[in-house]
Amino acid sequence: MPRLTPVQPADAIVADRLVKRFGALTAVDGLSFRVRTGSTTGLLGGNGAGKTTTLSMLLGIVLPSSGSVHILGTDMVKRRYDVLQRMNFSSPYVDLPRRLSVAENLTVYGWLYGVSDLKRRIRLLAEDLQLTAFLDRPTGDLSAGQRTRVALAKALLNDPEVLLLDEPTASLDPDTADWVRGYIEAFRGRVNATILIASHNMAEVERLCDEVLMLRDGRIVDRGAPQELIGRYGRRTLEEVFLDVARNRRVAVQAAGS
Amino acid sequence: MHGCDLFSFRRVGAFLLRHLYVLKRSWPRLLELAYWPFVQMILWGFITTFLVQNSNWVAQASGVLISAVLLWDVLFRANLGVSVTFLEEMWARNLGQLFVSPLRAYELVAALWLMSCIRTVISVLPAAFLAVPLFGVSVFALGPVLAALFANLLLFGCSVGLAIAALVLRFGLGAESLAWVAVFALAPLSGVYYPVSVLPDWLMPIALALPSVHVFEGMRAVLFENAQRWDLAGLAFALNLVYGLASTLFFLRMVRVARMRGLLLQQGE
Repeated sequence: MPRLTPVQPADAIVADRLVKRFGALTAVDGLSFRVRTGSTTGLLGGNGAGKTTTLSMLLGIVLPSSGSVHILGTDMVKRRYDVLQRMNFSSPYVDLPRRLSVAENLTVYGWLYGVSDLKRRIRLLAEDLQLTAFLDRPTGDLSAGQRTRVALAKALLNDPEVLLLDEPTASLDPDTADWVRGYIEAFRGRVNATILIASHNMAEVERLCDEVLMLRDGRIVDRGAPQELIGRYGRRTLEEVFLDVARNRRVAVQAAGS
Repeated sequence: MHGCDLFSFRRVGAFLLRHLYVLKRSWPRLLELAYWPFVQMILWGFITTFLVQNSNWVAQASGVLISAVLLWDVLFRANLGVSVTFLEEMWARNLGQLFVSPLRAYELVAALWLMSCIRTVISVLPAAFLAVPLFGVSVFALGPVLAALFANLLLFGCSVGLAIAALVLRFGLGAESLAWVAVFALAPLSGVYYPVSVLPDWLMPIALALPSVHVFEGMRAVLFENAQRWDLAGLAFALNLVYGLASTLFFLRMVRVARMRGLLLQQGE
């Protein structure tokens, strides 16, 4: 595994030879990648490819077995509290307390992230994410789509410089999913945030991401811009590329092409 | 907005706010907190009424049993205050959100202890006040040393609760029943309703290592001898420093183990 060159200011996220083992299972196996400041990168892979484990190591809630992660120039294993206030995260695998109202949840997390002028920030986010009518309702009473928007509001409360999204549109209907993608695009354009998205959804990755990292068995098996990958594999969509990668058909495709 | 302050009262306050919101919007929870100490006080009030006429020992200090049960509830409720507050984060699948936020693990410990103080006061204070008109027993008659005894039981209960929270973090919700049962293992050793001298010699060193033993001895010293035993309160406090430090280090260690094993995103039912 070649070592990456030193962390550059232009790189918001740098993972270097990242390995995570759970007993005999190697969930992430020597991942090295960089994400440029202000870009959106997709982690694409099937179930068990290592996407969520990678995101968890970037966030510092899973410790790598070896390797390093730097976010905004900070070592996430040793000094993650220096930078957590400048990041945020959303995942379907965690919830917000369901008994609290939407406004209460956002207030609690606003305090945790030290958001200034919090009431105004919550009001603006609620307007943006069409949550104003639900602010006083218990979060657990909302539909899946509404809860996803609340989770996104929480993830954007502190205007994060680095935003990590795990399956941001999982379990949403196509209309809501499309709306959420549009909002993420607009957010990135507005604050020049760096976004890393782990997803199964090819259309989402194709639309949002400047670069895609294709994962299988905890390794990056290919990478590139969505159109570049589609061209390289001689396919029409990223979904077809994904299937080639997931089923280890790249060699066959290239051989057929030649 | 940037910075890496080592301790933030704002972040601790955020965690408290989250749980105060829950209490504010749920009167059954508030009622549940005060219910069991009240029932205990009533039960031991009637037992006291009976024993005052039939037991020389109780007749010497009629408030001994009610005071004991109220102080025992301080220990029990303080333990639950920490462990159940932590369990609520796991039940809500909110632990992952908290651990990726800037809230530091030791700030979480401080917040759990403060929340436990609030829950314990809500639990025990109504029963303590109602014991005065109902049975003519005022735990406040213990005098100034009561504050020290109360604080010591609160600290010890929090330490026990934090150790249980650490075990639940490590072993998952399968270990949650420890929150309700583990503390009862301390009751026979703590001399809640009888002097610690009745314990067999081989148990004495274990019992004397518990802060609760010195608290209940201090309580009986006031009631039977009218003596404010600050030395016993001080000894309990010294032991509490050891237990508090040990439970905090154990919890922080389990947080690290959970990070190594990838447990923080998997918690929940």
